[in-house]
Amino acid sequence: MKKTKNKNWFAPFVPMLAWTFGVEALVRYGYIDPWIIPAPFDVLKSMVDDRAEIFLATGTTLISAVAGLGMSFVLGTLAAVLLAAFPLVRKAFYPYAVFFQTVPIIALAPILVIWFGFGTPTVIASSFIVSVFPIIASTLLGLESTDPGLVDLFKLYSAPRMQFLLKLKLPFALPQIFSGLRIAAGLAVIGAIVGEFIGGGGLGALVDAARAQQRIDKVFAAVLISSLLGVILVGGVNLLSAWALGPWHASER
Amino acid sequence: MNEPSTQAASILAHEVIRDFPGTGRVVDRISLSVQPGEFVSILGPSGCGKSTFLRMVADLDLPSQGRLDVTSPVARHFRSFVFQESHLVPWRNVLKNVALPLELMDKSPKESLEQAMQALETVGLSDAAHRYPSQLSGGMKMRTSVARALVTRPTLLLLDEPFSALDELNRHALQDELRRIWEKSAPTILFVTHSVSEAVFLSNRVLVFSKRPSRLLLDTLVDLPPKREASLRTSPEFSRELKSIYTRVSYEEAPL
Repeated sequence: MKKTKNKNWFAPFVPMLAWTFGVEALVRYGYIDPWIIPAPFDVLKSMVDDRAEIFLATGTTLISAVAGLGMSFVLGTLAAVLLAAFPLVRKAFYPYAVFFQTVPIIALAPILVIWFGFGTPTVIASSFIVSVFPIIASTLLGLESTDPGLVDLFKLYSAPRMQFLLKLKLPFALPQIFSGLRIAAGLAVIGAIVGEFIGGGGLGALVDAARAQQRIDKVFAAVLISSLLGVILVGGVNLLSAWALGPWHASER
Repeated sequence: MNEPSTQAASILAHEVIRDFPGTGRVVDRISLSVQPGEFVSILGPSGCGKSTFLRMVADLDLPSQGRLDVTSPVARHFRSFVFQESHLVPWRNVLKNVALPLELMDKSPKESLEQAMQALETVGLSDAAHRYPSQLSGGMKMRTSVARALVTRPTLLLLDEPFSALDELNRHALQDELRRIWEKSAPTILFVTHSVSEAVFLSNRVLVFSKRPSRLLLDTLVDLPPKREASLRTSPEFSRELKSIYTRVSYEEAPL
């Protein structure tokens, strides 16, 4: 698996290059209106020309997304542990977690502004709301798929509840926790940018402003960078996962 | 040699019944007693209540009716259980897997690891101490599982078809080792299996359970020398003992 990955590292760049030069040619020769899709090299130019502005905005969004993801991880895992430990709590609250997930964030963002004002807290809250559910759901699944034989073993030596959780259930759930975190990482960036559309700051506000100025090349530049942010965050989770599961889990060998 | 040992546990079952909602009766009025230091096999067809009975002896399940007393000279954590599959903790290496029961019993890490190493030596696995379960063969996983059961120096060792998933050579090697362990430290052993030859070769007494709902069909001593050499497997005495079990159990009640 790893070997083919290393040998064919250039594979993802082939469609990118084909797309870039293809679109560049189509725009250059007038087949596509640059107001619909800007020429890729104009987008690159905007990235270079507006680099100070974009860099600052990217930093702001990154911090908000990481903060939102961090909150989701801590509170989501905690919530899942509680839901798994107390069936009654689960029955009472899990439906609301699902409900929470289905509330459209774009409709909720104005309410967040009313609560937290314009600025970072609203953005973090938006990022958190969008990214918390996958973590709750996958951690819960992980906590409930513990090897029943090992549960018996722990019972045989009358392990206290805390030992069950720390030495058995949580480590057993780690692969699922990481797969939830991977999904949440992409969502945290989306949540932050949606929050910034309404709450201001970061790449979200930059996209909104560039759109108002009809700078479509700048809009595309910001969108591209925000996707890159998602990739970076997911990559970070992957590194963490490799570090934690490395020696023992099949997915990391 | 097989004098009742005061250092081992004993079992007394009286009319033990286990009903499961939905499935109905699984264990039906089993009465038996096991003396300290006995090596007893429970033999029965797959899907009968022999594992359920073993779980009740392990205190992992409770009888619906009847009495089941397990007494031991050691007060706490005197039982060990070897499951059908090795059930190792995947993120712990072999040594730490074996040390786990001691950790759960709040022994110091140093003491736990030392005793774990000794247990690994007993099953001939000290070379693999730092490997992870995913790097082990089936036989090595089961050896680790047996070492984990031995590490607490149990006075009652319960085994639930532990070798059934192994190939024949590994199975024989582990049988020989289990027998040696018993000869050395003489815990009471209850060994559940669906293999007549395994039951006869290993134990001094065989209990035959019927198909579900399980009743006790036969309780017989194995008439073989106490020292069980590998060559015994092909000897006429061994065949004679096998035959004696087959002829005394009707196929309808327990298709072995």
